[in-house]
Amino acid sequence: MSDPTTPTGGRASPATAQASAGTSDEFLLNVGPQHPATHGVLRVVVTMDGEVVKDLQPHLGYVHRGLEKLFENRTYEQIIPFTDRTDYLSAIANNWAYVMAVEKLLGMEVPKKVEYIRVLMAELNRINSHLLWLAAYGLDMGAFTPFLYAFRDREEINTMIEEASGGRLTTNYFRIGGFIHDLPPAFFPRLKKFLGRFGRAVDELDTLLVENAIFVARTRGVGIISRERAISYGMSGPCLRASDAPLDLRREAPYSIYGSLEFEIPAGRNGDTWDRSWVRIEEMRQSLRILRQAMDGFPEGEHRVRAPRNIEPPAGEVYSAVEGPRGEVGFYVVSDGTRKPYRVKMRKPSFSNFSALPEIMRGLKIADLVAVMGSLDLVVPEIDR
Amino acid sequence: METFLYKLFYDTGALIDGWHAAANAAGAARGWPPLVVDILFQLGWAVAAALFLALNALFIIWFERKVAAKMQLRRGPNRVGPFGLLQTLADTGKLLIKEDIIPTAADRPVFRAAPFVVLAATVLLFVVLPFGKGLIPADLNIGVVYFLAISGISVIGILSGGWASNNKYSLMGGMRSAAQIVSYEVPGVLVVLSVAMLAGSLKMGDIVRAQPSYGYALLQPVGFILFLIASNAEINRGPFDLPEADSELVSGFVTEYSAMRFAFFFLAEYTNLFLAGAFATTLFLGGWRGPLLPPVVWFLLKSYIVVFVLIWIRWTFPRLRVDHLMEFSWKVLLPLALLNLLVTAVLVKVL
Repeated sequence: MSDPTTPTGGRASPATAQASAGTSDEFLLNVGPQHPATHGVLRVVVTMDGEVVKDLQPHLGYVHRGLEKLFENRTYEQIIPFTDRTDYLSAIANNWAYVMAVEKLLGMEVPKKVEYIRVLMAELNRINSHLLWLAAYGLDMGAFTPFLYAFRDREEINTMIEEASGGRLTTNYFRIGGFIHDLPPAFFPRLKKFLGRFGRAVDELDTLLVENAIFVARTRGVGIISRERAISYGMSGPCLRASDAPLDLRREAPYSIYGSLEFEIPAGRNGDTWDRSWVRIEEMRQSLRILRQAMDGFPEGEHRVRAPRNIEPPAGEVYSAVEGPRGEVGFYVVSDGTRKPYRVKMRKPSFSNFSALPEIMRGLKIADLVAVMGSLDLVVPEIDR
Repeated sequence: METFLYKLFYDTGALIDGWHAAANAAGAARGWPPLVVDILFQLGWAVAAALFLALNALFIIWFERKVAAKMQLRRGPNRVGPFGLLQTLADTGKLLIKEDIIPTAADRPVFRAAPFVVLAATVLLFVVLPFGKGLIPADLNIGVVYFLAISGISVIGILSGGWASNNKYSLMGGMRSAAQIVSYEVPGVLVVLSVAMLAGSLKMGDIVRAQPSYGYALLQPVGFILFLIASNAEINRGPFDLPEADSELVSGFVTEYSAMRFAFFFLAEYTNLFLAGAFATTLFLGGWRGPLLPPVVWFLLKSYIVVFVLIWIRWTFPRLRVDHLMEFSWKVLLPLALLNLLVTAVLVKVL
């Protein structure tokens, strides 16, 4: 009886539903894997009493591809495009975390310019991801218009990323020791134009959705998780920072050039759904600051280190992590001295953030499920890998 | 000829009365009882209403899609017909030839009947809708009561549709809808009551005629806004579209419906949108009255402006949560409506 529900969408067979739900007032609602609010093939089985959620059980594995096992049969360079596919909204952060781990194994130093491009790309990617979150969250909350406003701005970022890397979502831009291409000449004029107007666009989205009275009423005080519980669940990123824990790898363990850049770590007070939304809006503004500084200080130089064709890192193990849009994206790489890694373990923020959902949801309404799940900004391929 | 055109546009009611009298005379000449002539004549009204219903739905769906598109930096439908005007026709054609799927576990007779109940409730409202001077299918003595009573019927269709689908999402959508319509009916009724007090009549025609040239909206600003909110909620549109909240309940009570049965729900929904605008116009904006332009034009113009406002609201706001929805109705709208009623009653008595 580990899975009391039938796989048919929306309905459990009466016999099993009654067996698992104690009283006749309770019933099971199967949300997903093909539900509009789950953003991908995620399934949660909700035990409900009327509209109130009694319990919630996540079911994972619908997009499990066994990536970590696949990695063991690929050379170090061949793994990079796979990292794109774990989280299609922050391919850059995943590329970076993995590439940084291998560079650490090799003891490789990358040129200043590479670090700047990486920061530029990562922050653009962060804005891109937060915008998509805002768009999808607006849809969850029944507001369709912010979706298209967000996509207008995403289009500009995607154009920039596409011109640099050739891809819009799965960019495969990073290489061990640098990049496959240098930034195109059109990049900085585009970026300048984008920085010129995006600040206003964020304000617009802020007032249209996040500051909206109905939105605030639905999210303020809903889905609270305390700082201690958030930390013990291993939550990270905006979901953690909303719980008054301003922990950000860019500040706590500065990698690349983040140590020399000025930016703030926005932190919420209550750890509720609204705080999680506000933190993301604020992070977009901070990313703009970072982008401006990185653009102004952009150095001349090489866009890559000439790495050997066949990379064979010395035996050893290393963990490296970057602050992705959803939180800590970590890669734990074990090398046995051959061309292929012995083991690669991915630490993905969505998985940890998602694990807190049952605790957050207990006692809330089914309508809150959408609000809370959306505010966690889950990317399902990242949970399943 | 000129007088005919003038009558057609500015005094349609008198023209139709003339036709009615002529029909009665022709019937009497052939020895038909007056009742038969009357029924035939009312059939003419029904055909006219059905025609208007269909054309209006075609236009209003296109209108909403275009307005929403403009608000969202899109173009909207622009392929079928000029400016995409025939897009809805094409969509309806598609729905006509689609398979009508009925779930095996559904309560078949109820499932089949539900869309017609909803649509019938909508069509029945046209009976007391004054399109112009005298241009009203039946100016009932209890027009306002009729309007309030019939507008509550659609909830039966929605609830039975949700129940008969035998799907949890549908059922919850239906239940939400029932709760919502019942809750918002109350402030709606109170506000309409204030208007009836001002006019001193329950006849739609009298209410229109009793209004000052600027309409009751200025005399009853609170009432007008309450009426807009309540009717927006009663027709289940955003931000009150909880019965079909797609992110929570998939499609609510229409989840299991397809093909023409779905189209009937859709038709009813958009006709209700128009009716919300039309009754707001009739009760608060002076109905068909206005300078220069023919009454029908004024009436449609005002109605579509209200419809535009409702569309605007829908595409701007996120959706309310179900308990907030109830609280809003019982704790905010109802006291305000009662207060409005009280103040109106006192003022009507004193002035």
